[in-house]
Amino acid sequence: MSDAIAETTGLPYADAVPGAVVDADEYGIVVNRDKLVEFALHLRNNEGFDYLSSLTAVDYLGFEGRTPEDRFEVVYHLFSTKKGGDGIVLKVRLPENDPQLPSLTLVYPGADLQEREVYDFYGIVFNGHRRLRRIFLWDGFNGYPMRKDWKEAYYEEEHKPYKSRWPKGHYQWAEDRVPWGDNIKYPEGWDPDTFVPPEPPLPIIHEPPADAGHIKTDRIVVNMGPQHPSTHGVFRMIVALDGETIVGLEPECGYLHRNHEKIGERNTWLGNIPFTDRLDYLSSMSNNFGYVLAVEKLMGDRGKPPERAEYLRVIMAELTRICNHMWSVGFLLNDLGAFFTPALYTIEERELILDLFEAVAGSRMMCNYMRFGGVARDVDEEWLQRCRDIVFNRLEKKIDELETYLTNNEILLTRCVGVGYLSPEDAIALSACGPMLRASGVPYDVRRARPYSIYDRFDFNVVTDDGCDVYARYKVRIGEMRESVKILKQALDQIPEGPIMNGKPAYVTRVQKGEAYGAVEGPKGELGFYVVSDGSDNPWRYHIRAPSYINLNTLEPMTIGYKVADSVVILGAIDIVLGETDR
Amino acid sequence: MFGTGILKGLGVTLKRTVATFVDDLARVPSRYTSVLETSQGKILRQPTDSRGIFTIQYPEERRQLPERFRYIPMLVYEEDTGEDRCTACGICAKVCPPQCIWIVRDQDEKGKPITRPAEFYIDASICMSCGFCAEYCPFDAIKMNHDYELATYDRFPGLIFNLQELSVPTSYYAALYPKEWEAGAEARAKKAARAKRSARKKAPAGKATAAEKPAAQAVAEKKKEAAPAPKPAPEPAPAPKAEPRAKHAGGHWSPIPEGYSGPLIESELPLPPVPAEGTSPSGVPWSRIMKLREQQLLRYRQRRKAEGKEVKL
Repeated sequence: MSDAIAETTGLPYADAVPGAVVDADEYGIVVNRDKLVEFALHLRNNEGFDYLSSLTAVDYLGFEGRTPEDRFEVVYHLFSTKKGGDGIVLKVRLPENDPQLPSLTLVYPGADLQEREVYDFYGIVFNGHRRLRRIFLWDGFNGYPMRKDWKEAYYEEEHKPYKSRWPKGHYQWAEDRVPWGDNIKYPEGWDPDTFVPPEPPLPIIHEPPADAGHIKTDRIVVNMGPQHPSTHGVFRMIVALDGETIVGLEPECGYLHRNHEKIGERNTWLGNIPFTDRLDYLSSMSNNFGYVLAVEKLMGDRGKPPERAEYLRVIMAELTRICNHMWSVGFLLNDLGAFFTPALYTIEERELILDLFEAVAGSRMMCNYMRFGGVARDVDEEWLQRCRDIVFNRLEKKIDELETYLTNNEILLTRCVGVGYLSPEDAIALSACGPMLRASGVPYDVRRARPYSIYDRFDFNVVTDDGCDVYARYKVRIGEMRESVKILKQALDQIPEGPIMNGKPAYVTRVQKGEAYGAVEGPKGELGFYVVSDGSDNPWRYHIRAPSYINLNTLEPMTIGYKVADSVVILGAIDIVLGETDR
Repeated sequence: MFGTGILKGLGVTLKRTVATFVDDLARVPSRYTSVLETSQGKILRQPTDSRGIFTIQYPEERRQLPERFRYIPMLVYEEDTGEDRCTACGICAKVCPPQCIWIVRDQDEKGKPITRPAEFYIDASICMSCGFCAEYCPFDAIKMNHDYELATYDRFPGLIFNLQELSVPTSYYAALYPKEWEAGAEARAKKAARAKRSARKKAPAGKATAAEKPAAQAVAEKKKEAAPAPKPAPEPAPAPKAEPRAKHAGGHWSPIPEGYSGPLIESELPLPPVPAEGTSPSGVPWSRIMKLREQQLLRYRQRRKAEGKEVKL
């Protein structure tokens, strides 16, 4: 049996742990849950798959060829930061009545938040997880919303388009369809009158070393957020303090949660594109890019965009990166107390870039620009000229100016150097991505590791810094802006004439049955979209590997031992956007 | 030396303060004067070679919107014939991601469907301005309006746009989308010719040129930077049934030809029912909703009592 698996998968390590690999399909290898930890350990230590990128689950209730015995499937995407290239996909199939498996947090600590997310949405239990509880939804929430048999309030139909809209679509107020909510379910035994919300979760305390030499004081727990200007939205940090030193930190999110992924399953393939804009609303072009890449993998030849469209995509994605880093650097300074002067200087260039987006896509932030097999609208010569003006004449000067007044600024140095230390090993283990990872000296960039689109044609460097601290993250962002300008110059010089769409634009997307994971190097890190199709007009599963969410894994280890004021800067340097974190 | 970084930073701030003012003086004409002037204020666009901070004093001044700017959909009707371009095919309703479009297809007396909408609603509070409806409309009937000042005091009916409120004439569209209108001139001419051929008997060339006329007109008039049509008066809260609502006059600040306020479609279509006072938008009386709620609470308490877990308030 196992020989056959090594042959079919072509993976020599499939037999390394006897009995671990039980099956293989086109997309990944199926692992026995009892041997999962052992096998993952082997892959990490001996095969170099040291980076757990995405962890998610799929509910195959009613899927063709599936039985209740293998209803749930937990999917792991593993990559190597050293070798680059394609990673491997592990799958663990779980029966309906016993959805539990061992936690991988000991092998890949970065699985922490993602396992909690899967538990929250699917009720799949990860044994051995140190704090397995709900993360996005509140503790009294009934059921597990991503399961296929869970119906939301105002449920109409399984899939859009809803039939009530046409041809006899009299307008009806959604709120009226269920006056006082017959399909709002409360958990068994839940009583609104006697419900007492649970005690706020206390962070796990990390004792400072005995020889730290500070005075013993009482511990206090402080809530930072959700209404705190430094949390970039509605994010809450529960901080345990020993004096002013942080000894424990618990991230709490979900205040902006809307179950984007469930909405995505109801939507048509095309209909999800504008929804991706709303994830990381500062860089909607990148979000579009990641999603169309994932779906195009399932579209065969029709999903191959023409040359000009590829260039346009790269131009937009790189402009977005500059926008995002401008914003991020400006707001890091805001967090440091330089109230809005640096932020306004940085977003000035962002304004000009957003004007470009508006001229081509129709909207400044919710661009909705990319389509399967191309882009929505072509640019004209006037647009290109304006873009060249900005790229060739303005951006570099602007970045220089930023550096003049920030890079050697003593206040910035004092507050940032040595703050929020994250060692390279930790960064990889905690699944950090993007500037976070590269500021720890790990040269891992999806554009280089697994070149997508036409990134293999451009000459650019992967910016890294060995500082491993907030200052290094700042410098990496500045460096990445310069590299983006470099890519933009090449792209604007080389952009060919031609069509922008493969075939005619069509609102019905034919997607083959199968699974695909498309990832781009978004401004905040690896932005991955994992889609499962059953061949119909709607995704069966639509999962987002959200970089700002997974980067939060690093928040606790980075802040322990620093002062409470530093936690603001450390969070600011992660650069989270709550639209993406909470989804 | 410690402190040089801070001094340098302050130097940048000073330089920018100076540049912001000097840039205005150095430019002849100033970047704030070389703008479009409309009755609703100046329209500005930031030049790419400007130095210093560029500020637009909204609402006295406004940003120049690009042609492709999208906000809320509008329905285009042919100005010369008064016919809706929309055929009620339902593609926009199917492609709309948040499903905010409702269409009732019209019928003749025998119940046979006619290719035109009897009712057409867009719930602007749900619309996500993605522009798919305009992009995939095969009849060029839906376009995205640029009117972004939509705030109202009530969600219903203030933000539910019906067929009449959404309808705009082709000249309005041509003024808003000059490039797209020009690009479509050929297709329209062909279509008109085809229509003429199928009509056969009606020979004179009047119609084909009539279709093209607005294009030239619009372009010419855009250059004149005519004042836009006045914004429609704010709608009254749930009006009595008999009173038809004000026609959406395409009120928009962006350059609209002077003669725009012209012909508006005289629709014979029935208006959607306006909820009577004291009802929710779908016509359920609030009193009934309150009663439902009371009943539900009662049921809940009874159930609790039966379970022996009575709630003491």
